[in-house]
Amino acid sequence: MGTDAHSIVSLSGVRKVFGENEVLKGVDLDIAEGEVVVIFGRSGSGKSTLLRCINFLEEPTAGSVEVDGVRYEAGPTSHARRKTIREIRSRTGMVFQEFNLFPHLSVIENVVEAPTTVKRMPRREAEELGMRFLEKVGVSDKRDEYPIRLSGGQKQRVAIARALTMRPRVMLFDEPTSALDPELIGEVLAVMKDLALEVGTTMVVVTHEMGFAREVADRMAFMYEGSLIEEGPTAELVGGAKDPRTRRFLEAVL
Amino acid sequence: MVWVLIFVVLAIIFAAFQFNTAFMLEWLPFILGGVPLTILISVLGILLAIPLALLGALGRLSKNPVFYGVSSFYVSFIRGTPLIVQIFFIYLGLPQLAQYAPGPLQNLFILGTVTSGVLALGINYGAYMAEIFRAGIQSVGHGQVEAAQALGMTWTQTMRRIVLPQVIRVIIPPTGNEFIAMIKDSALVGIVGTQELFFRASKIGRQYFQNLETLVVAAIIYWILTSIFSYFQGRLERRLSKGYVREGGPHGH
Repeated sequence: MGTDAHSIVSLSGVRKVFGENEVLKGVDLDIAEGEVVVIFGRSGSGKSTLLRCINFLEEPTAGSVEVDGVRYEAGPTSHARRKTIREIRSRTGMVFQEFNLFPHLSVIENVVEAPTTVKRMPRREAEELGMRFLEKVGVSDKRDEYPIRLSGGQKQRVAIARALTMRPRVMLFDEPTSALDPELIGEVLAVMKDLALEVGTTMVVVTHEMGFAREVADRMAFMYEGSLIEEGPTAELVGGAKDPRTRRFLEAVL
Repeated sequence: MVWVLIFVVLAIIFAAFQFNTAFMLEWLPFILGGVPLTILISVLGILLAIPLALLGALGRLSKNPVFYGVSSFYVSFIRGTPLIVQIFFIYLGLPQLAQYAPGPLQNLFILGTVTSGVLALGINYGAYMAEIFRAGIQSVGHGQVEAAQALGMTWTQTMRRIVLPQVIRVIIPPTGNEFIAMIKDSALVGIVGTQELFFRASKIGRQYFQNLETLVVAAIIYWILTSIFSYFQGRLERRLSKGYVREGGPHGH
């Protein structure tokens, strides 16, 4: 059971330990359907690890993760847990800092790969769906190109379309503009803004783009040394953070 | 161009030294008769080398200390000893151990020249190719696996659809090079008496004291063979580079 009937992502007591290093020290976070939450903080604060715990690219050492009603409790690897992980992954889409497009596949093949192999969707249906999302992100004219011929901004937009074609309930963005040349950041942020405001996609975004956060995020959460020390509606947090560490960080970046 | 000039100069030199072309033509069919065996040894050798190289590469990437240790030893020892020693070891050395083996197994230690040659070439090239395969596997970034997993693909789907196609693309060209090199190294197997191309050429050469002629014939045949395979390898390489070339044409970068 989620703590809130409307929450689509619910993290509770999530800890992650790498060897001696406790990267997440018990994080609780609930995200409602349609909400856009920006997680921010210094590098090394654990914000990317937290995001990666939602779709188990990092498996939490302790705590629980619930996505769209599917609940995972940390524990030793088992058949049941692996199945739960796949269930949750099929409900989440992720966009990476380094795009991670499949270089041996064309744009359209990148997009239809998962729907056809994971969901066993007929190829034609997948292509139609994929083209819809490629149009949405504005790269449908590149359908038969290979990723190497695309600019960074185009690659990231294809990556967004690839994730959307799996019809996820939640989109996870891991520093989606950090690897882009400055002049290409805008086109990716515009697509994300459109997803958030026009489509109403539930989004969890790790980013340093404070302008985007202020404009688009419903809520912001500040990570510091493995703990989520403050969160709240964007205006409230930006206007008057209670914790001095949050205030100091915001002063430095705004 | 330059090549034509080189051939003209060579022809003049050969004429000046009373090169016996009639003798060459007379024995050409006999020497050519060694080509099928040369190709057979090389093909079987590479077919043995590929699985060994894959095992070696996986071992070198493994966290299991035994698997890692065994493959490291294999790669280091085989790469650190001459191929000719390995051929003699299998052909002449192993039979000495046969006396210690129980009766029905003794034959396993006494191998024919072709079998010995294929084993030695396969084991030798497997060690070199293990490093090629390892680099190929490592060249597929972890981000590829993460992207596939995040899309909900299973481990098998990730390997089959995402990782392996990229590894194969990277390792096929150098594997082709290794095959071409092996065609040439297969001549070493002739030393233990396999009736392949080089063995036949040197046998006739010594018999009639016309070594230069037969060796030139052998060299030209090897050259033609490797040129043919290089041509096909080049075509394959271009086909595989689809999706990895920025612009059309060779000057695209």
